[in-house]
Amino acid sequence: MATLEIRDLRVSVGDGSDGAKEILRGVDLTVRSGETHAIMGPNGSGKSTLAYAIAGHPKYEITAGTVTLDGEDVLAMSVDERARAGLFLAMQYPVEVPGVSVSNFLRSAVTAVRGEAPKLRVFTKEMKAAMDALSIDPDFAQRSLNEGFSGGEKKRHEILQLEMLKPKIAVLDETDSGLDVDALKVVSEGINRFGAAGDTGVLLITHYTRILRYVRPEFVHVFAGGRIVEEGGPELAEVLENEGYEKYVKAGASS
Amino acid sequence: MGLETKPLSTLHERSSYDVADFPVPTGREEEWRFTPLRRLRDLHKGAEGLGKALVEVEAAPEVKVERVGRDDPRLGRAYVPGDRVSAQAYAAFTEATVLTVPKEAVASRPTVLRINGEDAGSAAYGHTTVIVEPFAQATVVLAHRGSATYADNVEFVVGDGAKLSVISLQDWEDDSVHLSHQHARLGRDASFTGFVVSLGGDLVRIAPSVAYDAPGGDAELYGVYFVDAGQHLEHRLLVDHAVPHCRSRVDYRGALQGQDAHAVWIGDVIIRAEGEGTDTYELNRNLVLTDGTRVDSVPNLEILTGEVVGAGHASASGRLDDEHLFYLQARGIPRDEARRMVVRGYLGQLVDRIEVDEVREKVRAAIEAELDR
Ligand SMILES: Nc1ncnc2c1ncn2[C@@H]1O[C@H](COP(=O)(O)OP(=O)(O)OP(=O)(O)O)[C@@H](O)[C@H]1O
Ligand SMILES: [Mg+2]
Repeated sequence: MATLEIRDLRVSVGDGSDGAKEILRGVDLTVRSGETHAIMGPNGSGKSTLAYAIAGHPKYEITAGTVTLDGEDVLAMSVDERARAGLFLAMQYPVEVPGVSVSNFLRSAVTAVRGEAPKLRVFTKEMKAAMDALSIDPDFAQRSLNEGFSGGEKKRHEILQLEMLKPKIAVLDETDSGLDVDALKVVSEGINRFGAAGDTGVLLITHYTRILRYVRPEFVHVFAGGRIVEEGGPELAEVLENEGYEKYVKAGASS
Repeated sequence: MGLETKPLSTLHERSSYDVADFPVPTGREEEWRFTPLRRLRDLHKGAEGLGKALVEVEAAPEVKVERVGRDDPRLGRAYVPGDRVSAQAYAAFTEATVLTVPKEAVASRPTVLRINGEDAGSAAYGHTTVIVEPFAQATVVLAHRGSATYADNVEFVVGDGAKLSVISLQDWEDDSVHLSHQHARLGRDASFTGFVVSLGGDLVRIAPSVAYDAPGGDAELYGVYFVDAGQHLEHRLLVDHAVPHCRSRVDYRGALQGQDAHAVWIGDVIIRAEGEGTDTYELNRNLVLTDGTRVDSVPNLEILTGEVVGAGHASASGRLDDEHLFYLQARGIPRDEARRMVVRGYLGQLVDRIEVDEVREKVRAAIEAELDR
């Protein structure tokens, strides 16, 4: 049983001549294992900023609020400590790392997160099976991490990592964008396998309702202007599908 | 910096076997301005060759090895010294090593020349000539180690249709100074791969160059270096495309760490009027791991014909990318390990291309040792 608790989180970026810009303006959110939450919102509303702030990206400055995982202060942890504590961020734009192979990277990550190096044979088998389940060509194991991967391939690899690292709480930032229907199904199945595996919670960030046909959230939060402006159940996603974000953009801007 | 207004091609015009044809450098000359002359131990001022660098050769059975005197007519035919230290080395060596790969022979294993310095206190000079006869193939390793103040010239004569792969490993002790010219002259359809790995030494200045005698020549020049505090590692490349339809690729990558670690990379490529159909690309990248380092990276491309297949260059120097580190850390990998993975990956892309297993593993281990510092 895990709980990620975000309270009144305020985040700024940039400290150039124009000063720091506040992007998150008081976010409250609780994700427990067994739950799937969807955060939906217009471009630029701060969804990725929330994801990065949880993961600890150095560019984002936390100016107020708290984030805890099972009561532990996440904001006091380094990026890698957060991952080892059980947080995972599938990135909207996975980073290309030249010369670091997928298999070497996965093995290092698995070793770090599990606290001991898996036997090479066992690991190779596990990786193969996980790649197979996501229809990833085995050749990718030897390629440089994300280098030259298509948008869809990058997203599959994020889910591959999710399935191998088995975090407590996963934040998936627009994992659906750039996927065709087949890939969307494959990726959704991966997310559902992860969700069904037990004590895990999912925070799914998306711009579109399309993925919610495959990954069913119990909670839907509308994000606008750097905060959650409305919350509801799956039916809220239907409303957004039909009406768009327009009224929230205005509400977000005026508050 | 004021001086270099002349075209590249004229900078490399001067060559001579006679030391007196080159004035003692002052440090203001284009070709010396990055090199700390004070640390050359008078190699540029006629330091007497009282020291010794022992040469041991472990040759493939197909390769003929000879130690010859100065008067051997095969010496100095492919390369005429282009600067004062090179001319000094040519004037002062007493014995040279000549390796010959006979026509159409394919060497069954690498030929290793170990150049062992025993004392950096006095200067030593050397000369090596490698002749790969038409359609022969060989791999040669020049392994430099120990303590030395050493200047030498190395000539590679690659015959028509022949293939030569060379790895020059500078694994010197911290007190060594090494200046070397390594010139490859390629016949028709010849191919040459020159790998330079510079790790140890107080001051190392390697000048690999390539000239083509006939069309179809293909040269790949790779370099990997790791510069520590106080070290000066300099690589000066010259590829002279003076005949049509030849190809060259240059990729040098280095990492720097520690106070006054200084990397210099000069990449001169000339495509002369006769060099129609030339295909060339050169790249230098430097990864700066700490404060206090200095990088001078200067690609120069002079094109004197309109008819090229491709001609490009790039140079980039910078710190580790925060986004790379973030991504690895976000998967639980501790920062220091993430840093190692990124550096290893960056240099590894070249190191993986070293064909001689033993050398490749040695270089990998050396990089790990550097990262442990
Ligand atoms: N590093 C940064 N420097 C300056 N501004 C930034 C930075 N990162 C984000 N922003 C700004 O913060 C706001 C929120 O960006 P964010 O990426 O969090 O939005 P998003 O909701 O994820 O959008 P999208 O749907 O396009 O992914 C935007 O106005 C963006 O321009
Ligand atoms: Mg986003």
